[in-house]
Parts: sequence; structure tokens; C-alpha cells
Amino acid sequence: MDHDSREATRRDMLLAGLAGLGAALIKVEPAAATPESMRRAIHQVVGEASVRKGKVTIDVPPLVENGNTVALAIEVESPMTPQDHVKAIHVFNEKNPQPNIISARLGPRAGRGRITTRFRLADTQTIVAIAELSDGSFWSASADVIVTLAACLEDLS
Amino acid sequence: MTRALINVPPKAKRGQTIEIKTLISHIMETGYRHDNMGKPIPRDIITQLTCSYNGEEIFRADLYPAISANPFVTFYTVATESGTLAFEWTGDNGFHETASAKITVE
Repeated sequence: MDHDSREATRRDMLLAGLAGLGAALIKVEPAAATPESMRRAIHQVVGEASVRKGKVTIDVPPLVENGNTVALAIEVESPMTPQDHVKAIHVFNEKNPQPNIISARLGPRAGRGRITTRFRLADTQTIVAIAELSDGSFWSASADVIVTLAACLEDLS
Repeated sequence: MTRALINVPPKAKRGQTIEIKTLISHIMETGYRHDNMGKPIPRDIITQLTCSYNGEEIFRADLYPAISANPFVTFYTVATESGTLAFEWTGDNGFHETASAKITVE
């Protein structure tokens, strides 16, 4: 009896340990935003809605010397009226440690569906911008950027 | 100490679309770098910028570690009435900064 119960406890412990290990393995995220994680980040924003190409323009230099500050402008074609305006602009990347760059919420009071900022690029990669319009549709554009000096990965010296 | 710089036209015509430029001094530490001892440097970024025009929110942006140090963000709004544009930045480690600009609409 005693022997059996001890055996069961040990087996339970082993199983629990394995389950814990499994959970730990599942929780580990890749250190870089792979196209797969970008797809997931886009899915979180868009859900099951379809994203069409068009209406969005990305203005970013095609060749960047310093990935630490890259000028970025996103313009969305829209009359910006209360009936038809840009609700949000999201920008994603493929190869930085995280897939998100910026998510901006606009409204009919914006007057113009345009934002600009400066961001970091870890590698030569594709940038994707998605605009959410007031009618619930999503529009996107992508741009390829070549980076010669990467951000994010350098150590302090 | 002024850590935030904002640029709003002081005067505008009613209904005119104006450009708003914001710049704030912040290191935007990504959390992915290591110091010279190999120790990871903890993340310290601004996570959100909001702008309200006479109390009504007109713009909100979530920032991620991919935003460069000293975040610079520009956007647009329609000048509807004279008043104040209030800006608010919040971030890691309790970071909080506000700024405001007056606008006269004719």
C-alpha cells in the first residue's frame, strides 16, 4: 500500500513536471517578429475581416543608413467626414523583436488621414500599414526598406 | 524642465485642417539591449500619446519599442473653435508628461 501510493506520487510529480515544462516551452516567444508573428499581430487588429490593398500610402526611404531613426509617413485617402473617415492606422514590421510599430486612433475631426513618426528598423524588411475606416473595412499597403546599420541589436559599449 | 515640444499654429481659419507636431525627450529603451556587462537593460518606453481639443479627445497613439528615441509624432485636426489643445504622454515606470497649446480660430 505504502509503496503503491509513493509510486503514484512520484509519477504524479513527474507528470506535473512534464506538463510544466510543456507549458514553459509553449510560452517561449521568438525573439524576433517573424512574418508569422506579424500575421498574428495583424489578426489581433483586423480579426476575421478581409484586408484589401489600396487607399494607403507609405512614405519611407527605400534605403536607410541608420535603422535607429527612420522617418515614416502614412497617408490614407479619405474625405474625413463623420460618415466616411479613418478610424485607425496601424503599422507593423516583419523582423524587429516586436511586430508592432504604432497604432493611432483618429476620428472625423482629424481632417486628414495622415500621421508621421520616426521608428527603428532591426533589419532589411517589409513594413505593412493597415487603415481601419469608419465603415469597418480595412485597407493596407506595404513597403520594402533596406537597412545598412540595424537598430535594436547593438550593445552599449 | 521642458521635456515636450509641440508645434500648433497659433492662428487658423475655421474649418482649416492644421498640422500638429509633437516631440518629447525620452530614451525609449527597447528592453532588447544589453549593457557592457551583458546584463539586459529593462524596457523604458512611452506607451501612449493622447491629444484633446477643448476637452474632447481627437487623437490617440499607442507607441511600441520600435519608435525611435525622443518620439516624434505628427497628425492633423480641423480647427473648429478657439481654445486649448492638451497633450498627454504616459509610459513605463510611471512616466507622465503633459503639455498644452492655445489656438485662436477666426
